[in-house]
Amino acid sequence: MTTYYSEDHEWITVDGDIATIGITKNAAEQLGEIVFIEQKEAGDDFAKGDEIGVIESVKAASEIYAPIDGEVIEVNGTLEDAPGSLNDSPEGDAWIYKVKVANAAQLEELMDLDGYKALIG
Amino acid sequence: MTDTPKRTPLYDLHVELGGKMVDFAGWEMPVQYPMGIMGEHTQCREKAGLFDVSHMGQVILRGENIAEKLETICPSAFTKLPVGKARYTVFTNENGGIMDDLIVTNAGDHFFLVVNASMRRQDIPHMAANLNGIDVIEIFDRALVAVQGPKAVDVVGALCPAAVDMKFMETIVADINGAVCRISRLGYTGEDGYEISIPDADAEAVTRAFLVHENCEPAGLGARDSLRLEAGLCLYGNDIDNDTSPIEASLNWAIPKRRREEGGFPGAARIQRELAEGVARKLVGIKPDGRAPARQGVEVQCANGHTIGAITSGGFSPTIGAPIAMGYVSTAHSAAGEKINLIIRGKAQPAEIVSLPFVQQNYKR
Repeated sequence: MTTYYSEDHEWITVDGDIATIGITKNAAEQLGEIVFIEQKEAGDDFAKGDEIGVIESVKAASEIYAPIDGEVIEVNGTLEDAPGSLNDSPEGDAWIYKVKVANAAQLEELMDLDGYKALIG
Repeated sequence: MTDTPKRTPLYDLHVELGGKMVDFAGWEMPVQYPMGIMGEHTQCREKAGLFDVSHMGQVILRGENIAEKLETICPSAFTKLPVGKARYTVFTNENGGIMDDLIVTNAGDHFFLVVNASMRRQDIPHMAANLNGIDVIEIFDRALVAVQGPKAVDVVGALCPAAVDMKFMETIVADINGAVCRISRLGYTGEDGYEISIPDADAEAVTRAFLVHENCEPAGLGARDSLRLEAGLCLYGNDIDNDTSPIEASLNWAIPKRRREEGGFPGAARIQRELAEGVARKLVGIKPDGRAPARQGVEVQCANGHTIGAITSGGFSPTIGAPIAMGYVSTAHSAAGEKINLIIRGKAQPAEIVSLPFVQQNYKR
């Protein structure tokens, strides 16, 4: 398993052709206390850069952008009733989607942990 | 606003306390502290929160017949406002819209006003031009701190016993920690509490002295906004502006009988007509059925899919644990219980008109 990071502050852990996507701890801290998430449904296709959800904190709404092309195969349904878990465990239990990777070459355009750490300073 | 943001006398303290500083109306202000917006909000509902509101404009009016002259630019009554009492009012424009909302205090030998930070540059010249013979003096050397919540009386009373027996909308000048302060029992959270005008040089020491109290924690602009929204209090620029009248905004209570009958303030014709004939749109409380917050600008539709208005303030209510909002809707659809739809990101989300406030106000009457 390899974990990649996007400039939109998502983490993408890849196991074979299945990727699990979530938001980073840094993103959750910047958003503040999260009170709502809108997710796509299993079966939805998306292209890199598409809006694939919305997270709302007490402060504001933020879109989730797809870091790669793919298809949603599983949605973390626990988040709808407990959006606060995105603050508590953004890189653990509060993953957002499992997706089928459509174009593995796109993963190489993402950052590794060191690159992401450099991005957020 | 291209100027470098200004700092209040409490800037260093905010940074020391871990405040997350943002630019607000040209001022570097804390939006939250490490406790977080929800924690600070709850702190203020259950104990006491301390807010730096030094960005707001503090103004002194000196001269003859200040009350009568203020009545020529505001629809409220001031001629019988007793010394030591404060009153909420608005400046109206010639079309009966609201130029700003403010608090007017009769301080005896002068009047003391607090106006919105974002409207200082408009309000000071507006008063100077329209209050003939009155000196309009903007204060630049005093901080303003709000201590709000059911324990505010303990926090402020510990340093200023005279504050304990004050009633809502009363104001005194008293010593706090060696500083001469103006203390007013009012606020913008729906809770009991005080706003305290403090000389710049003493502001940090007085604020630290309040924060020593076990029930007092600093709170930022984020909590200030969610608290006032729960309390159904208007935010200038969101819920009231140059187009909205005080009657549309349900601020009728700020316009007493004599002023309604006599007029004599800018835009009186529209306001008298709206009082007599009713308004076409009204500011109402809106409670989404689901979890999605409805922010400013969201379109409101009636059950038949016609546009009936828009959200002016919206967010998440920590007290209720659900989204809440305010907005203008056509009067025909403004009754509490009316089912509506909010168009959030292109999708209709069911909601209901509710009466304001969302959370009961808790003033010391």
